Amino acid sequence: MKQDKLIISKKKFDSRLIVGTGKYKNMLECAKAIKISGANIVTVAVRRVNISDKKKPLLMDFIDPKKITYLPNTAGCFSSQEALRTLRLAREIGGWKLVKLEVLGDKKNLFPEMIETLNSTEILTKEGFKVMVYCNDDPLMAKRLENAGAAAIMPLAAPIGSGLGILNKVNIQIIRKQTKLPLIIDAGLGQASDATIAMELGCDGVLVNTAIAKAKKPFEMAKAFKNAVVAGRQSYLSGRIEKKIMGDPSSPIKGII
Amino acid sequence: MKKKIKIKINGKLNIIDDKTKISVLLKDLKIPIRKVAIELNRQIVDKKKLNKIFLKTNDRIEIVHFIGGG
Repeated sequence: MKQDKLIISKKKFDSRLIVGTGKYKNMLECAKAIKISGANIVTVAVRRVNISDKKKPLLMDFIDPKKITYLPNTAGCFSSQEALRTLRLAREIGGWKLVKLEVLGDKKNLFPEMIETLNSTEILTKEGFKVMVYCNDDPLMAKRLENAGAAAIMPLAAPIGSGLGILNKVNIQIIRKQTKLPLIIDAGLGQASDATIAMELGCDGVLVNTAIAKAKKPFEMAKAFKNAVVAGRQSYLSGRIEKKIMGDPSSPIKGII
Repeated sequence: MKKKIKIKINGKLNIIDDKTKISVLLKDLKIPIRKVAIELNRQIVDKKKLNKIFLKTNDRIEIVHFIGGG
């Protein structure tokens, strides 16, 4: 398992668990949960600096971007224009080219607006960005994103923050079969076993935020997700048995007394 | 007395001295340049040029950084 690394745009990562940095009680809790999760990549948002309250702690003071890969995200953007602006600014902060694109289409269900997402993927790729794309679980759209130059396909399991787990396993498997790009389940996971299922379906990784940050015990849940991702990956690589309708005894029939 | 100008910083109206360079404004605001990106009137400003650009009245400057997010 030591050599089994997550590779995105030629960059290698030991952990297949990517975690979000939002919704934690404070920065300290966030940083500790990330450490326990073992994640090498964290998603971050781009927002205005609070000019009036300069004592507000900075994310970079708690999570060192030299040790943990920052994945700037366009969470909260509802148009291609906003998303492009956000990621161009993110790149300016410190040269970030590996980014997560997320263009939302509906404030209630937070489903991705796929036409805007596709257009943005094309533009950003041409500008030299390596774009990991949050998308719905539609294999046809996933294909179009791949053709547009996406660096990773990131279909939702369920609506962001819903905790419902993977709603359409078949679609995820179809996407897995059709692409060699990194396939990372993004959004909607609720508990550690959801991550295991994602990995067993052949996904290359999972992205989790709310399920850890809002768990009653975030540190324990971070550990649970870490283990769940490893277990799911090992299970996937081990090759599961065929499913059968009838029973198949585990002890030999021969020699029964 | 120095001439003053009106600019918007992160959407809020501010009165500053005329002929203030962006780099000086950021220093006054105690902004760690290394950790932010700057937009002036919707155009990203190359951080190397912050000490060459003078702010004008009605300029809109945005100063952004990374925060926790999903």
